[in-house]
Amino acid sequence: MRYISNTPAQQKEMLRTIGAAGIEDLLSPIPPKARLSRPLNLPAGLAETDLVRHMRELASRNASADDFVCFLGGGVYDHYIPSPINHLISRGEFLTAYTPYQPEASQGTLRTIYEYQTMIAELTGMDVSNASIYDGASSLAEAVLMAHAATDGREQLVISRGVNPLYRQVVASYAEGPRLRIKEVPLGDGATDLAQLKKAVSDKTAAVVLQSPNFFGCLEDVQAAAEIAHAAKALCVVAVDPVALGLLAPPGALGADIVVGEGQGLGVPLSYGGPYLGFFATKTDLIRRMPGRLVGVTVDRDGKRGFVLTLQTREQHIRREKATSNICTNVALCALMATIHLALLGKQGLRKVGELALAKAHYAAASLSKIRGVRLRFAAPFFKEFVLQLPKSPERVVNRLVKERILAGVPLKPFDRSLKDCLLVAVTEKRTRQEIDAYVQALSQAVA
Amino acid sequence: MRAYDNKPGYDKLIFELSSPGRIGYSLPAADVPTSDPAKILPSKHFRATPPALPEVSEVDVVRHYSRLSQMNYGVDTHFYPLGSCTMKYNPKINEDMARVPGFARLHPLIPDAHAQGALQLMWELGRDLAEIAGLDAVSLQPAAGAQGELAGVLMIRAYHLDRGERRTKVLVPDSAHGTNPASTAIAGYRVIQLKSDAEGGVDLLDLERNLDEEVAALMVTVPNTVGLFEPRILEISELCHAKGAQVYMDGANLNAVLGITRPGDLGFDVCHFNLHKTFTTPHGGGGPGAGPVGVKAHLEPFLPTPVVAKTEDGYELDWKRPKSIGKLQAFWGNFAMLVRAYTYIRTMGPDGLRAVSDNAILNANYLMKRLEPHYDLPHPGPCMHECVFSARRQKKLGVSAMDVAKRLLDLGFYAPSTYFPLVVEEALMIEPTETESKETLDAFCDAMIQIAREAESNPKIIHDAPLTTSVRRLDQTLAARQPNLRWTPR
Amino acid sequence: MGNYPADLKYTKEHEWARVEGKRARVGITAYAQEQLGDVVFVELPKVGTKVSQMQPFGVVESVKAVSDLFAPLSGEVAEVNAELLKKPELINQDPYGKGWMLVIQVSSPQEVNALLTVKQYEELLAKGGH
Repeated sequence: MRYISNTPAQQKEMLRTIGAAGIEDLLSPIPPKARLSRPLNLPAGLAETDLVRHMRELASRNASADDFVCFLGGGVYDHYIPSPINHLISRGEFLTAYTPYQPEASQGTLRTIYEYQTMIAELTGMDVSNASIYDGASSLAEAVLMAHAATDGREQLVISRGVNPLYRQVVASYAEGPRLRIKEVPLGDGATDLAQLKKAVSDKTAAVVLQSPNFFGCLEDVQAAAEIAHAAKALCVVAVDPVALGLLAPPGALGADIVVGEGQGLGVPLSYGGPYLGFFATKTDLIRRMPGRLVGVTVDRDGKRGFVLTLQTREQHIRREKATSNICTNVALCALMATIHLALLGKQGLRKVGELALAKAHYAAASLSKIRGVRLRFAAPFFKEFVLQLPKSPERVVNRLVKERILAGVPLKPFDRSLKDCLLVAVTEKRTRQEIDAYVQALSQAVA
Repeated sequence: MRAYDNKPGYDKLIFELSSPGRIGYSLPAADVPTSDPAKILPSKHFRATPPALPEVSEVDVVRHYSRLSQMNYGVDTHFYPLGSCTMKYNPKINEDMARVPGFARLHPLIPDAHAQGALQLMWELGRDLAEIAGLDAVSLQPAAGAQGELAGVLMIRAYHLDRGERRTKVLVPDSAHGTNPASTAIAGYRVIQLKSDAEGGVDLLDLERNLDEEVAALMVTVPNTVGLFEPRILEISELCHAKGAQVYMDGANLNAVLGITRPGDLGFDVCHFNLHKTFTTPHGGGGPGAGPVGVKAHLEPFLPTPVVAKTEDGYELDWKRPKSIGKLQAFWGNFAMLVRAYTYIRTMGPDGLRAVSDNAILNANYLMKRLEPHYDLPHPGPCMHECVFSARRQKKLGVSAMDVAKRLLDLGFYAPSTYFPLVVEEALMIEPTETESKETLDAFCDAMIQIAREAESNPKIIHDAPLTTSVRRLDQTLAARQPNLRWTPR
Repeated sequence: MGNYPADLKYTKEHEWARVEGKRARVGITAYAQEQLGDVVFVELPKVGTKVSQMQPFGVVESVKAVSDLFAPLSGEVAEVNAELLKKPELINQDPYGKGWMLVIQVSSPQEVNALLTVKQYEELLAKGGH
């Protein structure tokens, strides 16, 4: 077995040193009643070439974005992933290192996290970022728990229905324990109804939560929402698309207190749902309430610059049940992907990605809404995603277009029954004019 | 014993390599008619100034991050005996399989019919983990062990509520990992800490004293955090069940019992798996991991949504789960990590997994025997897959567990865990794993013995350590008193 | 050993109290700051907060540890040492002087009898500190 180095002869030698006749001698504390009396009922081990064949067979039954043109969004996007990222994160010293608890032997990881924290803070317009949470949804859940603590235990969360429904489900699960009450605010033509928002907020509100661009692709008035939150001394929590932040105004400049979101679009593969990258940024006066790891700068004994995990007393391994969160890992390798991605794109590149996605999405929306029976469902301005209202069942349309190797979009019925005739379409900088025109062509035939 | 040469001298951050106008990307020109953003959206939506990201070339980026990687120790380069972390070899075939485009380039919101390969993989992995743990159903959704714990405790909570009971307490041993009480607190329970007995196991008297009808669950780690198997575990789970409490197993130490015993057979109702420990998915510098959770049949209705189901026609995501605790991640789990774990289980098969635990236990006991004369052993062996020593003897000479750890870095090893579990003074928790050779174990023991001798004859060399890493000991106090968490231009 | 002023009262959680008329100045002892190591942060209540004897009123943090702070006497917080926010190291350097944490307007003066004298506190430390 190629992952186990010791030969039978070496095993015998080691047993002799231990003074045991065999492994069984070392298993005596285990109650015999609980011992497994048979091998595990699993398929027999496969040799590598057989394994690869099996895996490729499984993979062949998935419609990947390499073989199908992808217009799917909903928080996860087919964005450009520059080639160096995979090579760099595959370096064994990054890939197989542990959490940097021994900082002297982990300066590589610590420096990249410090760079990541800097970039996220800069993008979001906030003072400080942590080293990442699992994904956008859990990051949002951590943010509302933090708002609850930071407002001395206020129990109400006011959440816009523009926030990704899957994120709202995760928030609800996390809200169970502390018994937080969630009040949802409806949309008015694609963006949060601010009048309804104002009515919903009270002195019991810990946080006003919205997403921009929202789940339907529409841009929200973050500044107005922040003002409403602050008037009631609640926190304003905003979930944002980081790819948009090269071009669009950051929530930090608009009054957000905590900014979270999904960083998958920054160089993390689609991978059918994960692992992804939850980023989390806030203001200086809220630092001690932040969940997750933090890396800070310091000096070593010779006065040389060095980096360490810091403010660890917030975390579970010290604070235990009083910790700001139970989180133990961060998604370090995904954060590294994002760091390298942002380094390669740089100041100009991220903006260009935003400009291309914006332009292509609007070209697609304009072309698609010219098809008879098809219209843009919402009038609110949008970035790279939009909702189409279709004259035929979106599920049927999607199935038809799959046959032409086009992944047309996400049918919205499972998320909102009032939108059961609608399709969520995302267009990134990777979609060419030919691909978009082919989509328009295929869709017009499908709804004819 | 050659010390690891960490090529000291590189001290850059990517921002410090920036040169205005340099680019590292390749994007196509706009191919659609209207490409000026100002003509598409009102100007109020745009950033006033571009974000202060660096401007560097691809060459700058590759060289910078390659140099940074050389400042790290990884399993690929060093023996990494962190206790309870199971830093075993991460097979490269796992990496190749995770990158197969049919897996890596699959969008989660694709219709089930077009993700049949992925769903089959998930279903089979769930089935295999259930078999390994002796449980009935598995959710692959939790993103990490801590989230798996949260899922487990939330399911226990839902179970009690479903039976019309609102229990308020969860019992957690004082030797438990910090995530246990933290996850419990998030789920809204009061944490009651149980004492460990002289053998490092759960103190049965303390358990009985605290076990009442308000207790929702007991959380234990098996083997426990001092590396020993809880010999009275069957009694413990029976005591809990008699009072209507559920028993949760923290699966961090599963590497010790594969094919030997199973949580389900030990009386546990729920158990989480750390795929980044037992199942070889790489630690990546702190994550991502994956923390699937397995349950007995009575807890199955409460699993996170959706569940991967097998139907007549194939596989699907089942969203009709009225009693579910809901969602913990937006999607269905850290799929790329699931691919790696699945690849590993398919590679090993039942015989391979049994050999894993046998060798993990053998390696740990060998280490323990060789180090026993030189370091205090609070709980005499045999141990399971890890052993816990105390540097108490060395502390009397002014050398702490932390000092030992720093000196090991100079001698070419990553350090074991220090100061955990909290119940052992100056703890050094060593988990070699099964993938290490006798030569490596002997070299490590030689180094530890050398340090024990240096503590007596030349403690200064220990206090000065590390000397060969890219930085020497760092001022943690300064970092905490004056937090500087982002780079700013001078 | 022996930095325990005789004019102070002590708690078994290692706080000290200096009674000043109807008020009491409060901090942590030399033993406490030594056990903690370098103090990096201290969380103190606002002026006007009510505190109760041996109930937690705040938290003191070092790099690797966190400790609750327990009120030696009941009353209302009259003053808080704002210097500690910028210079938590004062707690290590001068725990009985510049490292003071609170001044409490004492509500039940007889509670002083429940506190330890310097001799009793030194005995406690000799037994290992708990």
